[in-house]
Amino acid sequence: MTLTAKDVAEIMRLLEQSGFDSLSLEIDGVKLNLQRGSPAPVPPTAAATPAAESHPQPVGSSPPKSKPPSEPGLAEVISPLLGIFYRAPKPGEPPFVEVGSKVAEDTVIGIIEVMKLMNSVRAGARGEVVEILAENGALVEFDEVLLRLRPGA
Amino acid sequence: MAIQRILIANRGEIALRVIRTCRALGIETVLAASKADLDSMPARLADRTVCIGPARPADSYLRVDTIVQAALGVKADAIHPGYGFLSERAVLARLCEEESVIFIGPTAAQIEAVGDKLRARAEAETAGVPTAPGGAVETVREAMVLGREVGTPLLIKAVAGGGGRGMKRVDRLEDLPSAMELAGAEAGSAFGDARVYLERFVERGRHVEVQILGDGNGRVVQLGERDCSVQRRFQKLIEETPAPNLSADLRARMHAAAVLFAGRLSYRSAGTVEFLLDLERDAFYFLEMNARIQVEHPVTEAVTGIDLVAEQIAIAEGRGLRLKQSDVRKDGCAIECRINAEDPARDFHPGPGTVRAAVWPSGDGVRVDTHIASGSRIPPYYDSLMAKIIVHAADRPAALERMRHALAATRIEGVATNRAFHLEVLADPEFQKGGVDTGFLPRFLERKRVDQEVRAHG
Repeated sequence: MTLTAKDVAEIMRLLEQSGFDSLSLEIDGVKLNLQRGSPAPVPPTAAATPAAESHPQPVGSSPPKSKPPSEPGLAEVISPLLGIFYRAPKPGEPPFVEVGSKVAEDTVIGIIEVMKLMNSVRAGARGEVVEILAENGALVEFDEVLLRLRPGA
Repeated sequence: MAIQRILIANRGEIALRVIRTCRALGIETVLAASKADLDSMPARLADRTVCIGPARPADSYLRVDTIVQAALGVKADAIHPGYGFLSERAVLARLCEEESVIFIGPTAAQIEAVGDKLRARAEAETAGVPTAPGGAVETVREAMVLGREVGTPLLIKAVAGGGGRGMKRVDRLEDLPSAMELAGAEAGSAFGDARVYLERFVERGRHVEVQILGDGNGRVVQLGERDCSVQRRFQKLIEETPAPNLSADLRARMHAAAVLFAGRLSYRSAGTVEFLLDLERDAFYFLEMNARIQVEHPVTEAVTGIDLVAEQIAIAEGRGLRLKQSDVRKDGCAIECRINAEDPARDFHPGPGTVRAAVWPSGDGVRVDTHIASGSRIPPYYDSLMAKIIVHAADRPAALERMRHALAATRIEGVATNRAFHLEVLADPEFQKGGVDTGFLPRFLERKRVDQEVRAHG
């Protein structure tokens, strides 16, 4: 079986009504990743786009902007909340990670402070830190890219 | 101090409404938006938008710490909370006070004073503002004594309720004990506060509220009343000012009562004192005070020419009241219709989706407050208010006529709305006469249902 544009529209409609925020589906090699609230779902094939086309997309700002990745295939570590980002456990101490650091899923890569409450942010994936985008002591938004990893052992 | 940057902790039309005044005043705006609202019209028009969290309000718009952190992070001098969400949460006002961020609204203590409905009632009594017969009851025995004294029908109200939430009607005294227990348990789980109180139930009443502005030092002016009696399940649908068919004496007494109540609290900012007008007794009672800007504030702006958000900001800056009572002039009649993304044919079921096309009316005496344009999405997580159409004319018949034209010129495709339903209500002789009670809309709907059944079987 193949996914038709109508199927995709129906799936999107079901997702809209469900309590879920995202949906990943793989049928006959066609991968479908839908995310609620993101400005435009990115269907994998051109044939699967009409559902998005029939909805005129509002123009304007999209999720927190970040500079494009320096190489393809990088994984992103995104901010789970809005707050002040710190790269080190305490001022003056070395950062949790630097470019070139190897990280595992549970490696702490930084701290986000929300009104004096410190929240550890973990890498969530294995790999090597390639880019660090979030600045120490700066406000990061929900869903903002903090750093990028080259996935691997 | 002069406010230079405001964080808007809200969404939808009210976020846009605040942005509009800030622009006129040369104040920068930062919108605190959830992920679902990043492509909304307010997000596009704010000077900056920060994403505060996922779509679910509990994870974004209702997070006090995140909102204040966002304000500090973007170096905003002040937070405008809009209505709903955190607007009447004392914790936000208090955290702002602690962090030296200006909260554009009343003090935390004032929010608490009016949020506790029993305390607000006691303040009203002390201020000499009439309240409905009733009062606090802690035990079933106390309730029976008071219930007998007041007489049925009675209303059991949650102390932490308000806005129509947490109320129970009791028609027979013998039902009072069980109703009391149920109401207490429900209030406990809904508000975390099981306290309830009793009031006489008013069979035929009108909802009339008075807009006030207070400087925080005891000076209060009133900007006239709004009649919000066209309601369905406590959701207001149409609001107007002046309240039609109200005697000059009663109107003046309501205005004075609102000023007394707000003065008693040394209320700061814009607020609304709600009254229930008892049609059988020709009396009015204090209901509650709303410590925020209200959805229906534009009708007051239309007849007074006063920008309420600008006044809120001026008061927050410590500039006090810029107008005296004698400066407040009310000219003509204004009516507001709330356009919601809900289907009257399906019991007003909300229908989120994408608005294929939206055409709003314009012209003399027509104002539309909306965040919806062609292509806008209405996320399922928030309320269904799409737009407020406000008309202003010399008198009520002219305003009604103008509203009919405005609604007829409105076109919305892609989602079901109550636009056509508004036209039906406007055509109703009872509504046209003016001064309907809060039972009007339920009766109207019942008549409509019966008519349809007769037609279906006839």
